[in-house]
Amino acid sequence: MSNEQIKNLEEIFEARIARDEKIEAKDWMPEKYRKTHIRQISQHAHSEIVGMLPEGNWISRAPSLRRKAALLAKVQDEAGHGLYLYSACETLGISREELYQQLHSGKAKYSSIFNYPTLTWADMGAIGWLVDGAAIINQVPLCNTSFGPYARAMVRVCKEESFHQRQGFEIMLKLCNGSKEQKDMAQDALNRWWWPSLMMLGPTDAESVHTEQSMKWKLKRKSNDDLRQQFIDQTVPQADILGLTIPDPDLKFNKQTGSYDFGAINWDEFWQVVKGHGPCNKQRISARVAAWDNGAWVRDAAMAHAAKKEELKVKIAI
Amino acid sequence: MKSEHLYNYILGIADNSLILGQRLGELCGHGPSLETDIAGTNISLDLIGQTRSYYQYAAKISGENKTEDDIAFLRLERGYKNVLLVEQPNTHFGYVMGRQYLFDVFHLLLLQELQFSKDQTLAAIAKKGIKEVSYHKRFSGDWIKRLGDGTPESTAKMQEAIDDLWPYTQELFDMTDADTAMAQEGIGVDVSKLKESYYKQVKTLLTQATLEVPQSTYFSRGGKNGVHSEHMGYLLADLQYMQRTYPNMEW
Repeated sequence: MSNEQIKNLEEIFEARIARDEKIEAKDWMPEKYRKTHIRQISQHAHSEIVGMLPEGNWISRAPSLRRKAALLAKVQDEAGHGLYLYSACETLGISREELYQQLHSGKAKYSSIFNYPTLTWADMGAIGWLVDGAAIINQVPLCNTSFGPYARAMVRVCKEESFHQRQGFEIMLKLCNGSKEQKDMAQDALNRWWWPSLMMLGPTDAESVHTEQSMKWKLKRKSNDDLRQQFIDQTVPQADILGLTIPDPDLKFNKQTGSYDFGAINWDEFWQVVKGHGPCNKQRISARVAAWDNGAWVRDAAMAHAAKKEELKVKIAI
Repeated sequence: MKSEHLYNYILGIADNSLILGQRLGELCGHGPSLETDIAGTNISLDLIGQTRSYYQYAAKISGENKTEDDIAFLRLERGYKNVLLVEQPNTHFGYVMGRQYLFDVFHLLLLQELQFSKDQTLAAIAKKGIKEVSYHKRFSGDWIKRLGDGTPESTAKMQEAIDDLWPYTQELFDMTDADTAMAQEGIGVDVSKLKESYYKQVKTLLTQATLEVPQSTYFSRGGKNGVHSEHMGYLLADLQYMQRTYPNMEW
């Protein structure tokens, strides 16, 4: 294809996006669009799969049968999200094995928040309330993103995430209406998860490398800082309902802007965790690699068995 | 208490679901593939759901001010009535599927009888469970076939699991006092009568899976009377951790 032809296709492509048309897997797309989407969708899928680990950590110790069942269902939902996000990614011409390899080798990133440990039951509440809350703010605009398979997957993901968020808040509410020990547990969880949740919405706009192009492709509709402000404004009144204190002495409602002003985020910590030196980075990847490696014989057996069955079918047909 | 036998009978069934559900829950996020992870979690969820229905009923008939969680979390190890089979650890995926299948075949046979119980509540729980457990059995049975008739490595691993788990199968058919009393009243199932069909089905599947049927005639038992394996204490330490550390609180 000549450069001119490619340029022509690109113009048609950009015009389709500008008209809010969906791009489907079989449509022509610029290589950069494909690569950016593989990166973002797989990063999202990896986050779901790694995100199963900190919550999975409390399934065996959930404090009641009702909570155990709800947590099992939640972690199962996350596995489901991972599954259809990987599938959406595969439509772009990359296999799930390759994507796993990228995760295991450290080449692919996942949400850094999951590199923090879950130390008490209240962390199950805080993750639902804050982490899923921040995720929804990130993800709702993606329901209208330009790439069809991703947009459709996000519609379902967002519905389930919003259920998880309410469930997390309800765990916190129960703790806050409980004994002093329970309320302390809830406050401690908020103290540990608040700042990482703010960081989850990404680096400040000045430092965000992908923003401009992503905005054009509708992979992003609001800047990181706008999303963060939205999250804070939405969450502070919820903390008030719980009777918990947000661990930020500079947090203050600004009458002029109608939003909350907040203190400085420790971006050094953010980059440290992103670069692999958070409290649980190594454990999380080791757990994924171990699951994959220990399961190799099982997957091999399934393939071998399927091949034998196929062979038998052919023999019978002859 | 309205009926001590009925109470114990319900726990005898429900404890198996609780402990197996707990074991499967430990694996969540660590399975050999995303699909098996989802399925394992799903089975765990079904079992915990069934457990809740049984315990809620047991709590109601206990006549004391008990809740499902008191029954689930606040007994001593000797008070749990599950069979030894379900508390066996997740040594590897072959053990997980082996344990599952060896229990599922029994479980389905049990529920298929229990649905005709004179006790309406038990009959209803059983009826609902049949659909779920049929799926569990199909899932675990399919995996035994895949692993048994897969690669030489998987055949060896699956055989190892079946050989190790086999001694725990006979206990499934032991009748406790509560079993006998409830069977006589038409409420419970005479599990000893399920034995023949059970071994027939299991042996057929093992043969299909190109595995050998273990010949050992030595069997372990004790769980139904509260005498468990060394694994059980650790399982309960996890299960009961929150309720023991923070007594009398709501979650």
